[in-house]
Amino acid sequence: MKLKTFRKGGIHPAPSKLTSGMPIVEIGVSSEIRLELAESIGVPARCIVKPGQSVSAGEMIAEAAAFVSAPVHSPVAGTVKRIEKLRDPQGFWREAVVIATEHIETAVDEAEEALSPRTQDEVDALTPKEIIDIVGNAGVVGLGGATFPTRVKLSIPEGKKAEVVILNGAECEPFLTCDEVLMCGYPDRIVAGCRLIMKAVGVDRAIIGIEANKPQAIAAFRRLLKGCDDISVQPLKMKYPQGGEKQLIYALTGKEVPEGGLPVDAGAVVDNVATAYAVYDAIYNRKPLTQRVVTVTGPHLKKPGNYLVKIGTTISSIIEAAGGLPEDTGKVIAGGPMMGKAMSRLDAPTTKAISGILVLPESMSKRRSEEPCIRCAKCVSVCPMGLEPYQMMNLSIAKRFEDITKLHVMSCLECGSCSYVCPSHRPLLDYIRYAKQEIRKMPKK
Amino acid sequence: MENKLTVSLSPHLHSHNSISRSMWNVIIALIPALAVAIWTFGVDALWVIAVSVCACMLTEWLIERFMFHRPCTLMNGSAIITGLLLAFNLPSILPWWMVVVGAVVAIGIGKMSFGGLGCNIWNPALVGRVFLLISFPAAMTTWPAGVSSGLVHMSGASGADATTGATLLATLNESNGEIGMSSVDFMDMAIGHMNGSLGEVGSIAILIGLVYMLITKVITWHIPVSMIGSAALFSWAFGGNPLLDVFAGGLLLGAVFMATDYVTSPMTKAGQLIYGFMIGFITIVIRRYGSYPEGVSFAILLMNSFTPIINRYCHPTLFGRRRK
Repeated sequence: MKLKTFRKGGIHPAPSKLTSGMPIVEIGVSSEIRLELAESIGVPARCIVKPGQSVSAGEMIAEAAAFVSAPVHSPVAGTVKRIEKLRDPQGFWREAVVIATEHIETAVDEAEEALSPRTQDEVDALTPKEIIDIVGNAGVVGLGGATFPTRVKLSIPEGKKAEVVILNGAECEPFLTCDEVLMCGYPDRIVAGCRLIMKAVGVDRAIIGIEANKPQAIAAFRRLLKGCDDISVQPLKMKYPQGGEKQLIYALTGKEVPEGGLPVDAGAVVDNVATAYAVYDAIYNRKPLTQRVVTVTGPHLKKPGNYLVKIGTTISSIIEAAGGLPEDTGKVIAGGPMMGKAMSRLDAPTTKAISGILVLPESMSKRRSEEPCIRCAKCVSVCPMGLEPYQMMNLSIAKRFEDITKLHVMSCLECGSCSYVCPSHRPLLDYIRYAKQEIRKMPKK
Repeated sequence: MENKLTVSLSPHLHSHNSISRSMWNVIIALIPALAVAIWTFGVDALWVIAVSVCACMLTEWLIERFMFHRPCTLMNGSAIITGLLLAFNLPSILPWWMVVVGAVVAIGIGKMSFGGLGCNIWNPALVGRVFLLISFPAAMTTWPAGVSSGLVHMSGASGADATTGATLLATLNESNGEIGMSSVDFMDMAIGHMNGSLGEVGSIAILIGLVYMLITKVITWHIPVSMIGSAALFSWAFGGNPLLDVFAGGLLLGAVFMATDYVTSPMTKAGQLIYGFMIGFITIVIRRYGSYPEGVSFAILLMNSFTPIINRYCHPTLFGRRRK
């Protein structure tokens, strides 16, 4: 059988899935939880607690401050210690709430007890609007890394119509396996979450796209969905960026999202499988999003694995749980190696965006020095969006931003394929990002 | 520990592809043709190749060292390729100083005068070759005696002098159609046992090089296929023999190793197809209506000049533009 894939460009980095098939291990609760208020794209949440106030597990501590904004909840019962600015993993100052955990040993059980799950009948009685509201109030955001508030995604704009829900289980990033283990372990919950999303956006068809290197996940869904004709599982060719939203929609439906458009313009609503799981938790278990699976991995890490982590736990304590930083560590990345962000400090808290913590040795951390462009055209042929990275870099160096706009630079999804293949080690994506940033600053015409 | 972390923008992985890896793969791909050259032309061939490669490397080193003040880049192999390709475009009995002149022009004018690797408009080896062809037309078309001209027997070929040797295309051009196709020894042509420039004779060897470069993904099929296809098409359309036009002269060498030069060929697939197609067309026009028996070098240089314009107008299809 020919596997589905996207048409244009793409690369084949080594999968390096060291933690494939490893069980999800819950790591202990820290004595201090630090929650950033900017847990989603858009406007940071507005803090609604005061220092000294005690909070229960799952209690909202910051509310959505705008349409594109997501509330934040405390993963533990405890006392608000401070509201302060602290540095995020990239070193930027962020507003955050610091909570001192009570009863560290029993914190997890307490969180479980506080909830009384909805029965299936109660769930069935929910209207699409109610589902969207509950999901929004639970602070669910896209867990693929973009942290787009799921409430916004499920609110189909006036005049547009969704036809299909797509669950993104491609996990095309090398090293990461957090979605894979979730799919293998809880396919039933993901499917239940998927049905809720379908109800919320008013469609009766869903496709779960999974790269073919996860046969167990594919088999798990196939077993579960035997006889169901509303949700199908589609194995995908291993090619990066298969999990790119637009690439995935094309692979599964054959439709292209128009330039500058949203997935719904191609009739699709795309959510990560982990997001579907979070939707399930929010609706069935009344649980806000306060934890996620994080793949902690690296070639020299002692105990790589898939860890269930409370949002707000410090990065360093997660790495400790995975055996500590190896001697030769050169770079620590939040996310996967292709699109993840290198961290400058490890005392920063985990956010909802962090799907993985990748510890790379010194030998894999340094970039090679840049050489002249030999016009080999590899960047053009691997670009999944049909762009010309070499030209955009040249124009970006020359600061000719008007001209770069004509080359559709804003379509760039920053997958990094161009920089990955460049034989001259040119930092193509760096300059494209720079151009995008400068263009965003320009006054709109 | 904190302060020792490297921070850079994504992607954090690289394909380990590099300029030198691409270039050395091209050099490996050139080895079969090199072997055929030595087999057909003997030690003379080795001498021309050695002089050409050394002169190219020395010229590049001198210019980078004393004019550009840049670190030495000889090990990336691009000067070696220019040297090899220049030698492949020369007769084996060319005087050594002419080879040196060609090499200095190829690297000095063809490549470094534009700023070095990646900046040149024309294929450096062809700049050197055409300079020699125009400056020393006699020497550049004097082929060694005692090497098969690619004909089975010489009946009726009064123009072909058995003692000076001649290339197959030149012989046929001069005979004005008197020599029929039946007298062409296709076996000799395929394995490279015939007269011509060093590297152009071994058709099979060149195709082995092509397969190697396709497998290692150094190049894609677009330029060689469109160029060979269009040459065959127009050869047939102008009443020639497509087989002869493709295999007898420098077309294969040009299509596989010269036209595919990264720096001087277009960036998009569509552009590459147009570029290859036009080279094939111009080559046949020169062969039929020009005074040279060959035309590949001129055709490639001509289309090199058009590469910037092709790049300007041939863009890849933007994702989202072809809405179903």
